[in-house]
Amino acid sequence: MSSFPWLTTMGVVPLVGSALVATLPKERSAAAKKIALTFSVATFGVAALMATQFKKGGSRFQFTESHQWIKAFNINYGLGVDGIALVLILMTTVLMPVVMLAAWNDADEAQADGRRSVRAYFALYLLLETMMIGVFAATDLFLFYVFFEAMLIPMYFLIGGFGGPQRSYAAVKFLLYSLFGGLFMLAALIGLYVASGKHLGTGTFDFNTLANAVASGQLGISPGLSKALFLGFFVAFAVKAPLFPFHTWLPDAAAEATPGSAVLLVGVLDKVGTFGMLRYCLELFPGASKFFTPMVIGMAIVGTLYGALLAIGQTDIKRLIAYTSISHFGLITLGVFAMTSAGQSGASLYMVNHGLSTGALFIVAGFLISRRGSQLIDDYGGVNKVAPKLAGVFLIAGLSSLALPGLSSFVSEFLVLVGTFERYKAVAIVATCAIILAALYVLWLYQRTMTGPLKAGLEGMKDLRAREVVAVAPLIALIIGLGFYPKPILDVVNPSVKTTLQHVQKQDPAPALNAQTSEKVDSK
Amino acid sequence: MSVLTSLLAASPGDPTNPGGGLGGATSTVTNTFTAPHVEYRALMPMLVVFGAATVGILIEAFLPRTRRYWPQVGVSLAGVVVAFCFVVANHGMAETTAADAVSVDGVTLFLQGTILLLALLALLLVAERGTGLVDLDAFTAQGATTPGSGGERAADAAGLRTTEVFPLMLFSVGGMLLFPAANDLLTSFVALEVLSLPLYLLCGLARRRRLLSQEAAMKYFLLGAFSSAFFLYGVALLYGYAGSVRLSDIATAITSSPHSDVLVLAGVALLAVGLLFKVGAVPFHAWTPDVYQGAPTPITAFMAAATKVAAFGALLRITYVALPGLRWDWRPVLWGVAILTMLVGAILAITQRDIKRMLAYSAILNAGYILLGVISTTSKGVSSTLFYLAAYGFATIGAFAVVTLVRESVRGGSDSGDGGEEDSVTVGGEATDLSAWAGLGRRSPLLAACFTVFMLAFAGIPLTSGFTGKFALFTAAIDGGAWPLVIVGVIASAAAAFFYVRVIVLMYFSEPLREQGAGPIVVVPSPMTTVALTVTVALTIALGVLPQMALDLADKAAYFVQ
Repeated sequence: MSSFPWLTTMGVVPLVGSALVATLPKERSAAAKKIALTFSVATFGVAALMATQFKKGGSRFQFTESHQWIKAFNINYGLGVDGIALVLILMTTVLMPVVMLAAWNDADEAQADGRRSVRAYFALYLLLETMMIGVFAATDLFLFYVFFEAMLIPMYFLIGGFGGPQRSYAAVKFLLYSLFGGLFMLAALIGLYVASGKHLGTGTFDFNTLANAVASGQLGISPGLSKALFLGFFVAFAVKAPLFPFHTWLPDAAAEATPGSAVLLVGVLDKVGTFGMLRYCLELFPGASKFFTPMVIGMAIVGTLYGALLAIGQTDIKRLIAYTSISHFGLITLGVFAMTSAGQSGASLYMVNHGLSTGALFIVAGFLISRRGSQLIDDYGGVNKVAPKLAGVFLIAGLSSLALPGLSSFVSEFLVLVGTFERYKAVAIVATCAIILAALYVLWLYQRTMTGPLKAGLEGMKDLRAREVVAVAPLIALIIGLGFYPKPILDVVNPSVKTTLQHVQKQDPAPALNAQTSEKVDSK
Repeated sequence: MSVLTSLLAASPGDPTNPGGGLGGATSTVTNTFTAPHVEYRALMPMLVVFGAATVGILIEAFLPRTRRYWPQVGVSLAGVVVAFCFVVANHGMAETTAADAVSVDGVTLFLQGTILLLALLALLLVAERGTGLVDLDAFTAQGATTPGSGGERAADAAGLRTTEVFPLMLFSVGGMLLFPAANDLLTSFVALEVLSLPLYLLCGLARRRRLLSQEAAMKYFLLGAFSSAFFLYGVALLYGYAGSVRLSDIATAITSSPHSDVLVLAGVALLAVGLLFKVGAVPFHAWTPDVYQGAPTPITAFMAAATKVAAFGALLRITYVALPGLRWDWRPVLWGVAILTMLVGAILAITQRDIKRMLAYSAILNAGYILLGVISTTSKGVSSTLFYLAAYGFATIGAFAVVTLVRESVRGGSDSGDGGEEDSVTVGGEATDLSAWAGLGRRSPLLAACFTVFMLAFAGIPLTSGFTGKFALFTAAIDGGAWPLVIVGVIASAAAAFFYVRVIVLMYFSEPLREQGAGPIVVVPSPMTTVALTVTVALTIALGVLPQMALDLADKAAYFVQ
């Protein structure tokens, strides 16, 4: 079974679906939706089947495939997943059918307008899924970059073609920010390739070869160059994640995109940023990563608080959720750069949980907005009187977002804070404040929209339809399930984190009594 | 106009060598009187193209006006295809011939092949006359008539066609084939003139906005003549220094001559002016936007793609064969030129409102990128330059082909002759103002998709030829230690992405201008433009997804003979 090309299959299934949907005749828009959903469920099936074959104690990268692609630059079509990539791919494939169900009627309005077709909407979703699987599965840096950039194109059309009134502006801002970051990464990528050619004889893009050469000291890039290359990669990931101060595109993009696109944007696309920091920045440039840690931690902590504070002040529901995400991405980055196993395991878990809880929040917000046609918080109030199910789901998603114990985000946030506390006590304490702010923005949002007297115009509001219930049910189940039992994910993630830390040559600080001395040693 | 026509009459005279009896034209520099040995096989591509051009002239002279079009198209296409076959048959050749005036090596053959393919595609655009419904002739009915005069109207009414464009283009192609192959500076100069003079004329033959077109031709001619003079002066100084115009002799003289360097440095500087002008590098770029805008669009496509290939070929040969000894002197200068070219191209392109002018600044920007390959002075640098020239050329022809299809609609009376009538709306000239492109994606999704592919390629998005090319160039540059240039290149790319993406935004996300009855229309071309578009789109994607074959070819071709 090991030779079966799982990852290629998983990428090809949505690609075929995308082509099929795109070529359907115009009258068959309804069929397009069903075909797209079928293909996304099939993709999830492949992913789930593959996950059962993943050996926890096995080699780091599994299901590897490698074929020569461009010989002139020693570029391979190299795929493979470690634990972190595996859970992120699983999350992607779970979110996709959910998003499609939730976004079932999103594009109808655009079609009626004559702007875009339903077929294009769903074909772009499937195309995006291929790219997202590819970006997590690539083990060749060049291939990773190709997916990293190419996935911008479908997302760009999704925002620009189907979003709100300012969609064109938001789409361009999104694309230009991302391209700008990506180009720096391209320069660093080429620099790394040339350096590897000088030190290893032949230049290579293979992540394993590079990471091992770095860890064994064979690839002795000079510290100055290493720092420059680190920054090239880091800027790209910081824009993508997005980290303060590169975050300004996200609120626009998320607020203008349809709720479904916003879920994929914030839930999956942005994870590539934190995923990239964890895998590529840390392992390829361990020395530079340590050097820049104070700066990154500073950005992360500022982003955490800044995002949370701005979220409180928002008047637009989707913008509010976008700012909460900026806050959460700050925490994830904190966990990654704390360089402790608890922090990084927590960060990896957080990536999944954030995708689930923010995804649920965006989807339910989308349901709400589709009923009233407004994104303004002021237009809502007392919704739980007319739509109790909707309000209930919204509350669960919100509570998970503020990391209530028993819901999934709690475990990951706790791990991140513990991991940070082991090394940077003050930072952890400040970061904890963000949790209080989180309670403020979530509960206040809930209070303003769902409780209190019913706002005029909401009287006839329908509760969740069967389709909508089916769409959010898996997310809610996962949020609660992983809240109580995160072990399956942590088991898969932990070995990868361990390897990463070994490559960075960092050990967890000794606990308890030696805490103070070890901190002194580290601070040197 | 009369000046230009007399130039036309003069230009074919010197370089054409129909059949035998050549030799004398290119061997003026040798001291002995023994007849030089001529390896005809190596020269066949050029001979075939010049021969076809001459046949074209005979067709002009002897066939009646109405029956010239198809023979001209046939002869030109056949000439280019046969010449290409000879280039393919010559692969692997490495020799100098015709008294060492022409060197046929990997670089020459690769570039000649590229030029011929580009010329073939451009010919298809030039030959476009529309279907029965719409007239898409890009060229004026009679170049000699004054714009707006009675003579012009009469020529239009008579349905005259300018078929001289075919032989003119072939002469230009012949010059382009010789330019990168020229092994001594005099041959270079002759090639430069042969490729330029027909182009000056072709620029002035647009059917619409003729004054703009003639202005462009005049500008191009005057500035081009100046730059040629600089080039020639440089040749003279280098001859004074080295006592020879052969590239390899100059290279030897540079390393061994006891004379002061002033002469050689001045000579090289003047030579560089001439070459950088043709390439369109800053600060010799000022003509580009005006000429690209005014010239008939098929000619712009041809010029933007093929001239760049030929001129960069000559630049490569002169810097790599004649001037390696002066590397430390010319490299810093080219560094400056490359940085300026990239920045000026990217920044000024942002401010453009006209699609052809935008593409002109994009051409300047790309010239800056290609200079990175020239500067790196490694064989990787050569091969990446070769690949990028091909990738850029195809995308450029494709992009201009799209421009030819987006037309203004004129309600009521037509402005020129026999334009087809569709719901009392006549197809006008090209709608080159960017605002006219708004909403193109909705009305003509396929065409917009094609243009999107080219824009993404120019912006360097992965899985397009532009990305592979940029990747190869940047790798070669970093390898050669030019990482600051790569940083500038990356910043310029980011700025460039803005204006490429802006066109995509316009096409897909903006409301079309339907009001005022003058909204643009997309015309359905004859199979010729369709073929050119299909081929360029396919190549742009193929060179991005599976570039290995082309990269190998460029790698193998990266050698010079002296």
